[in-house]
Amino acid sequence: MPDKPRLTREQIAQRAAQELQDGAYVNLGWGIPNLMADHLPKGITVYFHSENGILGMGPRAKAGQEDPDLVDAMKVPVTLIPGASFFSQADAHLMTRGGHLDVAALGGFQVSEKGDLSNWKIPGTKGSGAIGGAMDIAAGSRKLIVCMEHNTKDGAPKIVKECTYPLTGIECTDTIVTDLAVIDVTQEGLELREVAPGWTPEEVQERTGVKLIVRGKVPEMKLD
Amino acid sequence: MKQKIVSSLDAAIADIPDGARIMFGGFGGAGFPNNLIHALSRRGIKNVFAISNNCGTRDGELGIMFKNDQVKHVICSFPGPHSNHFQERFAKGEVTCELVPQGILCERIRTAAAGLLGFYTTVGVGTEVSVGKEERVIDGKRCILESPIHADFALIKAEKADELGNLTYRLAARNFNPIMAQAARTTIVEVDEIVPVGAIPPENVITPAIFVHRIVQAKGLHYAG
Repeated sequence: MPDKPRLTREQIAQRAAQELQDGAYVNLGWGIPNLMADHLPKGITVYFHSENGILGMGPRAKAGQEDPDLVDAMKVPVTLIPGASFFSQADAHLMTRGGHLDVAALGGFQVSEKGDLSNWKIPGTKGSGAIGGAMDIAAGSRKLIVCMEHNTKDGAPKIVKECTYPLTGIECTDTIVTDLAVIDVTQEGLELREVAPGWTPEEVQERTGVKLIVRGKVPEMKLD
Repeated sequence: MKQKIVSSLDAAIADIPDGARIMFGGFGGAGFPNNLIHALSRRGIKNVFAISNNCGTRDGELGIMFKNDQVKHVICSFPGPHSNHFQERFAKGEVTCELVPQGILCERIRTAAAGLLGFYTTVGVGTEVSVGKEERVIDGKRCILESPIHADFALIKAEKADELGNLTYRLAARNFNPIMAQAARTTIVEVDEIVPVGAIPPENVITPAIFVHRIVQAKGLHYAG
């Protein structure tokens, strides 16, 4: 029997964006996190940081207005908002590693019970793999949100007791936002904060590789 | 005044030998010394030990050096989706690679520039990059010892140089360039424009002239993603 509808990638991004506070300095990684910029809660301003040395990135550049010297970490031509600044890659990572950013969001292949993250290499694949800024961001973020699908295409849980994929960082994740749930990493373990509309905590638990802590009634996510 | 301006790209890199350790600036298509890379490629030096964030974009950026089998080893952070020439040679064992977290790549280069011998970091603890590195606990945190990355040459890209070698960069084309400029024994910069001494207000200088040894003017090249 097919599963009930899950959140789309856009909806995962929308829910993750609700974690951002007005005025926050934020770094968004590849994949779903990158979509968060299009789903900011109304009325808030956040300052997007890019590893190549930009603070205050605006929306992507319109066709015909791209400048190849003004790109984000994914090489996408972007714009600036008033008050933006440029600096070197070293200062950009001083910000990621030194705990200067309020929030960072990364994609994930696996997250463990302790908040370990794997997101840079799939075992058994050919090629060198590529780390980029993920390890610095994982190690240094004040609040790290991991955005990912709850299960692999084969249905295996991506939230697991121990990561089996190469690690990006240990005990680095604070919150996991998936197409089924919002989960916080706590001292006691993984706590289920919200479930996707139409899903029960039991159904989410069945699709998770770790026993989730449930306190009282778990609310459904609120999405537009 | 010491003459740092070199008349041609080929002359600027004429003494770089086989096996040289070379840093290459640039990130995301911006700030690559593409004209100098082409000159290296024309010259055909071999067994380069490269230090670069990425490993080329198809034939662009460092791609041409991998395509021509000029690189033996690379220290890098993000051999991206279009670094096909690197990946092909890597798969055949023709080039070796040390993958480094991007900010740690910056700091290892800065460590060399600053005359320091290493630093401890939590980045990479418990991951593949910690293998073989000294681990200890500082302030209750597990951390690993990272070593400096030196280079014989840095090839970088700036927007403007004055005749002394003070540099400014355009937008996000700064990235690794000012860091690498500080760390190599000989830094060679390609710029869009060379201006007289004094034409860059001192407070606008990003890389002070002390770090720059050769300046060559060339029209900047970009390669699409």
